[in-house]
Amino acid sequence: MTSEKTPSKLELVCPAGTPAALRVAVDAGADTVYLGFRDATNARNFPGLNFSVAELEEALDYAHSHDARVLLAVNTYAQAGNDDAWTQAVDNAARLKVDALILADIGLLDYAHRAHPDLRLHLSVQASASNPVAIQHYVKEFGVRRVVLPRVLTVPEIKSLNQEIDIETEVFAFGGMCPMAEGRCSLSSYITGKSPNMNGVCSPASHVAYIQQGRTLTSNLAGFTINSFGPHEQAGYPTLCKGRFTANDETGYLFEEPTSLNVTGILSELMAAGVTALKIEGRQRSKAYVREVVQNFRQAIDQAARGEGGKIAMDNLSEGGQNTTGAYDKKWM
Amino acid sequence: MQNARLNLGPLLFNWDSGKIRDFYFRIADEAPVDRVHIGEVVCAKRLAGKDYLPEVMDRLTAAGKQVVLSGLALIMDGRDQQITRDLTELADDYLIEANDISTVSLLRGRPHAIGPFINVYNEATLKYYEQGGATHISLPYELPETSLQALSAHAESALEVQVFGRLPLAISARCYHARAHKLSKDGCQYVCDKDPDGLPVTTMEGQNFLAINGLQTLSYSYCNLMAELPALTAMGIRDFRLSPHDVDMVRISRIYRDRLNDRLSSPEANDALEQEMFAIEFSNGYYHGVAGREQINIA
Repeated sequence: MTSEKTPSKLELVCPAGTPAALRVAVDAGADTVYLGFRDATNARNFPGLNFSVAELEEALDYAHSHDARVLLAVNTYAQAGNDDAWTQAVDNAARLKVDALILADIGLLDYAHRAHPDLRLHLSVQASASNPVAIQHYVKEFGVRRVVLPRVLTVPEIKSLNQEIDIETEVFAFGGMCPMAEGRCSLSSYITGKSPNMNGVCSPASHVAYIQQGRTLTSNLAGFTINSFGPHEQAGYPTLCKGRFTANDETGYLFEEPTSLNVTGILSELMAAGVTALKIEGRQRSKAYVREVVQNFRQAIDQAARGEGGKIAMDNLSEGGQNTTGAYDKKWM
Repeated sequence: MQNARLNLGPLLFNWDSGKIRDFYFRIADEAPVDRVHIGEVVCAKRLAGKDYLPEVMDRLTAAGKQVVLSGLALIMDGRDQQITRDLTELADDYLIEANDISTVSLLRGRPHAIGPFINVYNEATLKYYEQGGATHISLPYELPETSLQALSAHAESALEVQVFGRLPLAISARCYHARAHKLSKDGCQYVCDKDPDGLPVTTMEGQNFLAINGLQTLSYSYCNLMAELPALTAMGIRDFRLSPHDVDMVRISRIYRDRLNDRLSSPEANDALEQEMFAIEFSNGYYHGVAGREQINIA
């Protein structure tokens, strides 16, 4: 198949939870930033985060004047009987000329493609397109130009996939590690009533409690014990799939350890697999975190493009101080 | 509720072939269900050596049940993709239920069903699938009553809602059954066969929480929308899915059928269900717009 992929240098796609974080990311060397509106249309619908329409306009000015691109994520699923916020988000993205719109909902993709045929569309990881036929379906039907791959594929599988599709691929590179197929996980709403697909949140802070009992600190989500820490353990956030649970009379990290994805050690493999862009997670993170991660990745990507390499230690930025290459390495499964 | 259809969803668990065959033979002969879903949704590895399907399909068809073939929920490698292509080649003879967009893509233009693993959250998405040939759409279990109403008001296809059984909350590339037994996914020894209704997961303090089933994570509680059946039928939903468990599914289906035919009141039907499964926790929270695990008692 023909390809518009030119994997000579990986594109660095960075999070911008606020206008200030956006400027930090651009200044630190991001090729591209992604952000969302301050409502349920985006999958990081946290208090105090995200952008108004006016702030998006300013963000586009700042990024474009520094040769960076801006992607808008409208990556939750529109509500039945009440989809105005979602279609307005798409219309605003087109009017302000974002560099691309990241969508998951097939009804919205259909709307965006028909109403704004010139708007560049990326397929969100929340659409869970994990094979060539699924991805080509979005290309054929809606003219999608890039797919953010679900974190379920190994590097050889990504390489094989890239040979069968004719659009760009973006993969997760650093940050929180969802062990479940995104867009198909209702663990959060089963426990808290709030879901990634419908409300843009997972394990929301409004449902979190920490309880000190003697020397033990327990982390709770909606009344369920998600983890428990001794005096010398660092207490993590109770994201429910990264807690300790009991099955078969054994207690441990049944789904996933509290660990961060870090692909700096496999950048050359990802380039050879035909990947176009690397996505850094963390729209809810501080400016200092964003600056440090972006600077590290800028350096790692530039080194990899020169044929140099090696993993960059970012353990101080990782959850639990641990890193993983997740599904990119078959051993993870 | 006389014109409601009662359907048996795909078996999610790894039972041995003999048990599955006996289960479906008994469903064919004794269960008052209209449609029966056959096929592997969770893990392609489980299809190895299971050659009972044609026999089961014949028996169900002869008993007057419509057979639907359900496809995989998460399609990744070449084996998954080949299984899917083979499945969709049967679309002229059987209704195929797609649980991944690639399966939808291969079926587009021909009549097919959309399964609950496909995200249909709004009218525009519903229309998209209907225009592509979907005649049956099983809605995501996460949807609240208001969304079900809005979708039902616009649907031309037959909409279905799961009313019984553990909810399939998540799927992963990682096999949690293998991981819980310290095995790799490739060398899993099919350990998910040890738990015919899923492996219960409790919190560190012993609270009931979830259940794992291979690549899948299920709710601990069993969805039960018995009390909501009149509201669902009033909004125009006619198809109700029972998800199979290692209990007397013939008896369970009779209780739901008796409720739909007004031979049992809602409290009577729930009492009968609780007698059948007295140690089970039920939930209906998603329908009522709260956490899925919750049980909201309605009059």
